[in-house]
Amino acid sequence: MTALSVRIHSKRFGAGTPVLQDLHFKANTGEFVAIVGPSGAGKTTLLKVISGLERDFSGAVETSTDVRTALVFQEPRLMPWLTVAQNLCLVAPALSAQRVQALLASVKLHDCAARFPGQLSGGMQRRVALLRAFIVQPNLLLMDEPFQSLDAPTAQQLRTLLMDLWQQARPTVVFVTHSLPEALALADRVLFLSTGPSSVMLDYALPTPRSGDLTSTAVMALQQDLLNQHPLLLQGAMGLGVAPAN
Amino acid sequence: MREEVKPAPAANAVPWLRALPLIGLALVWQLAAMGLQSRALPAPSSVLLALWEETVSGDLLFHLGSTLSRVALSFVLSMLAGVALGIWMGRSRRVDQSLDGLLILGLNIPALVTTILCYIWFGLNETAAILAVVVNKVPMVAVTLREGARAIDQGLMEVAQVYRLSRRDTFLRVYLPQLLPYLFSASRNGLALIWKIVLVVELLGRSDGVGFQIGSFFHFFDISSILAYALAFSALIFLLEAACLRPLESYLNRWRG
Repeated sequence: MTALSVRIHSKRFGAGTPVLQDLHFKANTGEFVAIVGPSGAGKTTLLKVISGLERDFSGAVETSTDVRTALVFQEPRLMPWLTVAQNLCLVAPALSAQRVQALLASVKLHDCAARFPGQLSGGMQRRVALLRAFIVQPNLLLMDEPFQSLDAPTAQQLRTLLMDLWQQARPTVVFVTHSLPEALALADRVLFLSTGPSSVMLDYALPTPRSGDLTSTAVMALQQDLLNQHPLLLQGAMGLGVAPAN
Repeated sequence: MREEVKPAPAANAVPWLRALPLIGLALVWQLAAMGLQSRALPAPSSVLLALWEETVSGDLLFHLGSTLSRVALSFVLSMLAGVALGIWMGRSRRVDQSLDGLLILGLNIPALVTTILCYIWFGLNETAAILAVVVNKVPMVAVTLREGARAIDQGLMEVAQVYRLSRRDTFLRVYLPQLLPYLFSASRNGLALIWKIVLVVELLGRSDGVGFQIGSFFHFFDISSILAYALAFSALIFLLEAACLRPLESYLNRWRG
């Protein structure tokens, strides 16, 4: 069943050249879709369009009528003046104190309920941000390079946590990243964006089961295979041709 | 976080360090008064005596009370109006452009002029007095809050939008906390400025309050009483700041750790 249908005809800022053009894709219910593209390809803009933060574009984004969207940003974006527990209750006011405690314990943040975000490490803040996204029980979860700028072991811990939470609730996920191994390790399908104005140039379905581990041999082999076929994939171009002239 | 408005240092940093210059000033004053032996500069001791006499007679408390209630009322009104105006101007470029000229005018009109005009137009009454103070103070509050509204973190507002927070929660728990440093800055300046304006307003057109009393003492060249009233009211404002504003500010800033 289709949970998300994106048909962006054109998105531009002011009178500039379009950032996104003829970008179309669909995601099925419970599917984990990763979007990979070079930096500046409008990935964040795409998520803003899907989440409704950006309404000034031509085209349409269709979701189910009972859609509950959550968005995990590049930075944790917790309210610094609210405690961890207050940050969670802000988006889900019905949560009881015990439930908050249990949820925090489930992501290994046992003693953090009364602490302020500024007193937590970057990795801990991101765990809170991830938890905040899941406690609204989204059926559409959008993620914008959420594990960027973390050290490798912390990022891997968070990916494992994401996989656990996702397996439990199974929301449809659109996960934006510029890391091909990350996309290959997490997703059911990977969409590759071209350089601007961006559109989907390759829709790549992954064999299951996923490993969740960036350094696994399966992920390495997939990456090798893809890059042999399309050496310029990560620069936003298809085929074997030489790099496009600037 | 922001450079322009820093939270005040902890209230109890080194208490005697705050008192030291004041004690020094009193000492210099006493010595100068003893040396000059002039009616124009009474010694601190005779000011304290005047303070005592005015307290015992009940006059001091009565007039302090009148002034304080005027300060409180005009403080609340000008904060409300100034905050609303500042947020409005900070949010919309068009509103900002169309009201900026008025704001600059408001900032530069002398308190004396607005006071006299208010009394002439609205009569020598309480409403005119309060209005004069509010008109003087609102532009300053608005300028400070406009700065705050311009510095709002759009990223956090996006969080509020994506997670569909109610308008109330968005305002009280996402928007307003970002304005707090600016609110405190405006309140602190506001308290200091408003009571000075209130005194002028009272001097010109009221028959009670510290300003009225100082005017009367001026006619009798009673410098000791003038200083006694000024001292009493400064001490009151100082206490208000130390007992209310500072503790509240450090409580609300506890997350800065």
